Amino acid sequence: MKTTILSIVMSLFTVLIFAQDKNKKMTFDVNGKCGMCKERIEEAALNVKGVKYASWDIPTHQLAVIIDERKTDPMKIKTALVAVGHDTKELKATEEAYESVHPCCRYREDNSDDGADH
Amino acid sequence: MKKIIIAFAFTILPWLAFSQEKVEGTVVEAGNANTLALPGANVYWMDSQIGVATNIDGKFSIPYKKEYNKLIISYVGYESDTLTVNAPKVVKHGLKPSNELDEVVVQQERDNIQKTYFSPQNTVTVNSAELLKAACCNLAESFETNPAIDVNLSDGLTGTKQIQMLGLTSPYLMITQENIPMVRGASQAYGLTFTPGTWIESIQITKGAGSVVNGYESISGQINTELVKPLTDSSVFINGYGNQNGRYELNTHFNKKLSEKWSTGLYIHGNKRTQKEDDNGDGFLDAPLADQINVMNRWQYQDAEKGWVSFFNVRFLNDEKQVGQVDFNPDTDRVDNNRRMFSQAEALASGEAELPILSEAEVWGSEINTRRFDTSLKLGYVFPELPFQSFGFQTAYSLHKQDSYFGYRTYDINHESIYTNLLFNSIIGDTRNKFKTGLTFAYDGYDEMVTATDYSREDRSVGAFFEYSYENLEKVSLTAGLRVDNHNRLGTFVTPRFHIRYTPWEKGSLRGSFGRGKRAANIFAENQQLFASGREIKILNSGGDLYGLDSEDAWNYGVSFLQGFNFLNRKGDFTVDYYITDFKNQVVVDWENSQEVLFYNLEGSSTAKSFQVEVNYELLPRLNIRTAYKNYDVTTDYQSGSLQKPLQAQHLFFANLEYETKAKDNGSQWKFDYTLHRVGEKRLPDTSSNPIAYQLAATSSPYNHMNAQITKVFSNTFEVYVGGENLSNVQQDNPVLGGDDPFGPNFDTTIIYAPIMGRMFYGGFRIKI
Repeated sequence: MKTTILSIVMSLFTVLIFAQDKNKKMTFDVNGKCGMCKERIEEAALNVKGVKYASWDIPTHQLAVIIDERKTDPMKIKTALVAVGHDTKELKATEEAYESVHPCCRYREDNSDDGADH
Repeated sequence: MKKIIIAFAFTILPWLAFSQEKVEGTVVEAGNANTLALPGANVYWMDSQIGVATNIDGKFSIPYKKEYNKLIISYVGYESDTLTVNAPKVVKHGLKPSNELDEVVVQQERDNIQKTYFSPQNTVTVNSAELLKAACCNLAESFETNPAIDVNLSDGLTGTKQIQMLGLTSPYLMITQENIPMVRGASQAYGLTFTPGTWIESIQITKGAGSVVNGYESISGQINTELVKPLTDSSVFINGYGNQNGRYELNTHFNKKLSEKWSTGLYIHGNKRTQKEDDNGDGFLDAPLADQINVMNRWQYQDAEKGWVSFFNVRFLNDEKQVGQVDFNPDTDRVDNNRRMFSQAEALASGEAELPILSEAEVWGSEINTRRFDTSLKLGYVFPELPFQSFGFQTAYSLHKQDSYFGYRTYDINHESIYTNLLFNSIIGDTRNKFKTGLTFAYDGYDEMVTATDYSREDRSVGAFFEYSYENLEKVSLTAGLRVDNHNRLGTFVTPRFHIRYTPWEKGSLRGSFGRGKRAANIFAENQQLFASGREIKILNSGGDLYGLDSEDAWNYGVSFLQGFNFLNRKGDFTVDYYITDFKNQVVVDWENSQEVLFYNLEGSSTAKSFQVEVNYELLPRLNIRTAYKNYDVTTDYQSGSLQKPLQAQHLFFANLEYETKAKDNGSQWKFDYTLHRVGEKRLPDTSSNPIAYQLAATSSPYNHMNAQITKVFSNTFEVYVGGENLSNVQQDNPVLGGDDPFGPNFDTTIIYAPIMGRMFYGGFRIKI
């Protein structure tokens, strides 16, 4: 009996220590410039298992996500973002990945103006 | 300091004009004497991806292009503002801190009719600007400029406009107001005229199978109306309208923000027609004498932090109509059935004919008086931490009393209705996979008296629904819904509905849908115009639960393709769609014998096929054209054989041209609008059993119906409009058959295939404060 109680208490402790939020909200900077970027960024984020919600704001370049921390972490998301060619603060996209974005989305050359309506 | 900046700005302005075109300026806090600059405010052109942020001194510089004229300035903690900028210039703008109660209306410049490229449902949104293109006095008249809906005159007497979609009349449409079912049961015939046009914020029109969320009744489509909201509507709005035929309207809105979270609005509508119009000289009024008072009070509660939003509405309506012969006096001339019976008995006693003998002096008239009380409550809760999860609860109660008589026939109906819907929205895994689920409870109590027969009944239903939607902005999205309902008369049944959208290439959207709808037909309420005739009304009882008839049951299938394009650097879109509604069971309204109206259940097949092509294009800057061709094939197996639906044009052509001048900074501009409906020939109900004098041709001839309107906007607060309807002055020459003996067997006001009113001009004004 004692051991059971003890193990329950202990298990509670471990839960407390490693409490991982099922719905953790976070935001980080992602570079991009237009509606097409927005689709690409959100799509890439949502394709990461454990990302429930992703919304990228064009003017502020902020990506807001809600994630299940038991399944993913911010680094995994950033890895997915650079894979489709979008820079984040910590990770930069490879030249190859950056070249894969649509020509009008080349945010590195000119970060203010999106050119045509698309 | 300010002066210096401005002076400096003006000196550099000429150079700017020769260099790259830019709009420059400073963003500060409004009303702050020390001019607190706002660094990091967002400045961007509406509907573009061009945006900049202000620097440490609150200054910005943004490239100017002719295509953009609305500059949005937003900053966290401040009210966003939209400036109209038509030239490269220097602006200095103060933003109000958002904790101030003064409202800043952010106006969005959007297409008046928006088609969605991504939704799986074929939905078109009509915004209030579109509704200003014609004198939309009420919801029934709001579809004149929209090709998805056909507006027909329903009856010669009241001139009430009936709408049709996919070749089916409005009972087959689900009409909701803020997603609460509205125009149904007793209000089916006139309900659309009970929503004043100025109360409408936007309309969503969905073709084909609707969503399962709002119930099982929609068969051909769904029309949802969003009303103006106390928080976003003008604080004072006044609209006056008058037309040549003596119809006057007054609409006033008063909205007040009471606190951070509460706002309320009071909306009062009145319309009146006291002038007797008999333009065609047939001795019958061309339009009813009318009198309506319609008052609504709305309360809105919004708490963004905690995620609550709520609406509470109360409305009272009193509507009176009088129609019939011009010199009919309701106080002295009403012929009730007893008197008719009495004269019939006298006639029989003296060995005369069997038919009622009413003296020549009898005058035929009709009155329709409606009183209605509505109240509804909506509660919505969005989980603050989870923007994709929410609860919704809607409940509505209405009491509708109509007392009416048509000649010697009386028709009284009281309809008490309770509706509640509980809804939960969330996701499965991520936001691309959403679901909605919930429970619906509905009660309808009818007290219905047709002359001396009582048709009272009670309907109760409870249902559960689940709708899954997959949304992937790139290629595919779909919505699959299912509901199960138990209804005391319709039994237990399942309603599946499915929509899918596929984007094969850019700006293309291919959609498909199918779904089932089931409904209890209220045969008298929906076909009231038939009372205004000498026809005998017969129900061929098949032992069903509704007037001895079985309920209606139909499947709807449809495909549509939308392609947006850019031609000569101007935007346009092309849509083609095809829908089939296939009735498994229907209450057939058969008036192919001009002495009677028969109601019976379908034996055989009944289908409505509709094909539509639509092209919209911007011909020149601010000059838009919308054109559509529609083809309908609506066939039903009547007792007399398989026939096209009577009074349904098989070919229709629609065109709408709109032009507006560039708006000045104060909003002043001119707007011009022209609409053409080419209505093809219609099959007329068979009149061959009438004496020669009362016989009509087999088909009506095609005609053009044109409307136009000019609006002069003086400023953002005041505008005036004038317009004309039926400019080509098309008139049906014999809207009343047998009008010389209105109590006789050949009297008929139901066969209306063209306008009764000739050319008509109107004018009005709008004040928004």
